[in-house]
Amino acid sequence: MLRPLLSLLLGGTLLLGMAVPVGVTALAGLVLPEQAGGSLIRREGQVIGSALVGQDFQGDRWFQGRPSATSAAPYDASSSAASQLGPTSAALLEAITTRLVGARDVPADAVTASGSGLDPHISVENAREQIPRVAAARNLPAERIFAILERSIEGRELGLLGEPRVNVLRLNLALEAVR
Amino acid sequence: MTMIGWAQIALVLGCALVLAVPIGAWLAAMAQGRLGPLARLDTAVLRVAGVDAARGQAWQSYLLAMLAFNAAGFVLLYALLRLQDVLPLNPQSFDGIPPYLAFNTALSFVTNTNWQAYSGEVAMSHLSQMAGLTVQNFLSAATGIALAFAVIRAFAAGGVTQLGNFWADLTRVTLFLLLPGAVLAAFAFIAMGVPQTLEASVTATTLEGGEQVIPLGPVGFQLAIKHLGTNGGGFFGVNSLHPFEGPSALATSLQIILQVVIPFGLCLAFGRMVGDAQQGRALLAVMLGFVLAATLAIYAAEAAGNPLHIAAGVSPTQGNMEGKDVRFGLALAALFTATTTGASCGAVNAMLDSFTPLGGLVPLFLIQLGEVLPGGVGSGLYGMLVFALLAVFVAGLMVGRTPEYLGKKVQAREVKLAMLAVLVLPAAILGLAGLSLVLEVGTASLQDAGPHGLTEMLYAFTSAAGNNGSAFGGLTADTPWLNTTLGFAMLAGRFGFVIPVLAIAGSLAAKPRAPEGAGTLPTHGPLFAGLLAGVILILGGLQYLPALALGPIAEHVAMLAGQSF
Repeated sequence: MLRPLLSLLLGGTLLLGMAVPVGVTALAGLVLPEQAGGSLIRREGQVIGSALVGQDFQGDRWFQGRPSATSAAPYDASSSAASQLGPTSAALLEAITTRLVGARDVPADAVTASGSGLDPHISVENAREQIPRVAAARNLPAERIFAILERSIEGRELGLLGEPRVNVLRLNLALEAVR
Repeated sequence: MTMIGWAQIALVLGCALVLAVPIGAWLAAMAQGRLGPLARLDTAVLRVAGVDAARGQAWQSYLLAMLAFNAAGFVLLYALLRLQDVLPLNPQSFDGIPPYLAFNTALSFVTNTNWQAYSGEVAMSHLSQMAGLTVQNFLSAATGIALAFAVIRAFAAGGVTQLGNFWADLTRVTLFLLLPGAVLAAFAFIAMGVPQTLEASVTATTLEGGEQVIPLGPVGFQLAIKHLGTNGGGFFGVNSLHPFEGPSALATSLQIILQVVIPFGLCLAFGRMVGDAQQGRALLAVMLGFVLAATLAIYAAEAAGNPLHIAAGVSPTQGNMEGKDVRFGLALAALFTATTTGASCGAVNAMLDSFTPLGGLVPLFLIQLGEVLPGGVGSGLYGMLVFALLAVFVAGLMVGRTPEYLGKKVQAREVKLAMLAVLVLPAAILGLAGLSLVLEVGTASLQDAGPHGLTEMLYAFTSAAGNNGSAFGGLTADTPWLNTTLGFAMLAGRFGFVIPVLAIAGSLAAKPRAPEGAGTLPTHGPLFAGLLAGVILILGGLQYLPALALGPIAEHVAMLAGQSF
């Protein structure tokens, strides 16, 4: 029994834990380098983020992502986290009430923390509600911002899966390109 | 709930069912040693390992080989985790994993639970992820499927003492199903945006001028086997919610398909091997029925939203979005949650802790029903067969005949062992969760007050004993008490269950398959499917109702009354 046990365990570790993953990594780096490397977005040679990972936007000039519960700072990508607060948690209700600042009928994704803390997207309604603020801060007509936003809406995948949404980083990059 | 949401659910489940047909055929072929052109490779590998596939093992030797292999796997993984600071491929210079956590984690991955009391990107070196955790993702899954092969053979044959060869089963399942499947799926995931690199991280300068450290790693390959092997342990702390582990709705859909396709396929393989495809389809139908009902319940509860938040001013249109990301949508979150808990996978694409009380009750209850709907790879099928034996026994009692299943007489020994297996789960869950809720070492770990706190603890032990591994994340699980007790719950749920099951298999294998008589209860039609569903609900679920009433049900009532804690 010892020979099959040791050969399968150690052989398995070498094959499944080293040879194959290293081989897959090498091949992925060759044929899918962009995706395998984290779908990074570069501007003038500098990495400004990943298309898949949300980042923190505080200023009025930017469309803002969802509330993030990552611990050190919002959208801390080195430590993904959700609030993990329960549905009857008083702390959660208080956090949501604070984010609402008295407004009614606010899109849910604008005032609830995402599950990853790194949600790159917001809902289309959430984005539209931010248009007046962004337009005012940028001194641009709202129609102009609206048009940029409409072009940034990503539909359901394969026309069916998921939800229509807006990638906040890409939208803000498109805004920056207008200047 | 929307029509388009239901169309998403139908498409994904439909793809899984279609894919389960060829996988089921291939599983049956492997179990019967019909390897086609792979036979020469198989012979060569087994010769090197010193295995004679033709030499069958009685149930005791099969069990012993399985236990020894898993024990050795535990020791190797424990050592790797403890020593990761001095081993190579540790670009972030993480410390060695402390003893209690390493004990818990090693047990967790060896038992196919993949409960994680750590957050991957801040604790695990690339070597630990690849050579430690990923390897056990394969081997624990292959162990489960091998055990299912042994149990199916007991039903398929008559008057034999041998259940097959564990080493040959393990090797074939790993090399000829899990490995090629995982490589294919890995490339699909990488194409969708999942990283696969040995780089540790990249630092970005954000648009606002801040700094963002984006962690990378060999994620794609581990992600593929994590779902295909119903393991569920994430590379990152937030599992399949992480944009790199669940980059799109398409990726989450593929994950759903992967985590049910082998459990579904094993039902069909069972039908083929016992010579009556209908028998396998009946089991599959029961599993599908529960998955659909659970998906409906979760979808409805989450789409309705949280009345406390709606009253505060949140629009009800999107439903409950706390702990969810926008890209998946509620329909796929509901289907993912129902299948990941039904299938003993344990990955998450939405945070269960922040679900509405009833939305959180469903995954909890699905695990408590015994992880057979459709259950983990292998373990789901043999768990389901235990319930099938109990169902024919109950039917036999009703009409006063000796019960039989597939021509095998089900007698006192089998029924006693089946009940023993079924009782392991509630004993571990209710016993240890109860203990942790009265001891301060346990309650100190709770985050939420009120009934939700009770649910967090109940969920942890349910997930561990059910070998699921998903979590109500509010619980602080990395304490000596919880690391130890949850570790024992995982052990009981895996091996405490499997030992009586293999004993049943040994005793059934020896019995002849008698031809059907006039009084035989047909076990392939809707009557039996209904009976089986009833037995699962009553024998598997009833004992949890008091605990559920104190947890999620009480919380639901409190929420409706406008109370927060």
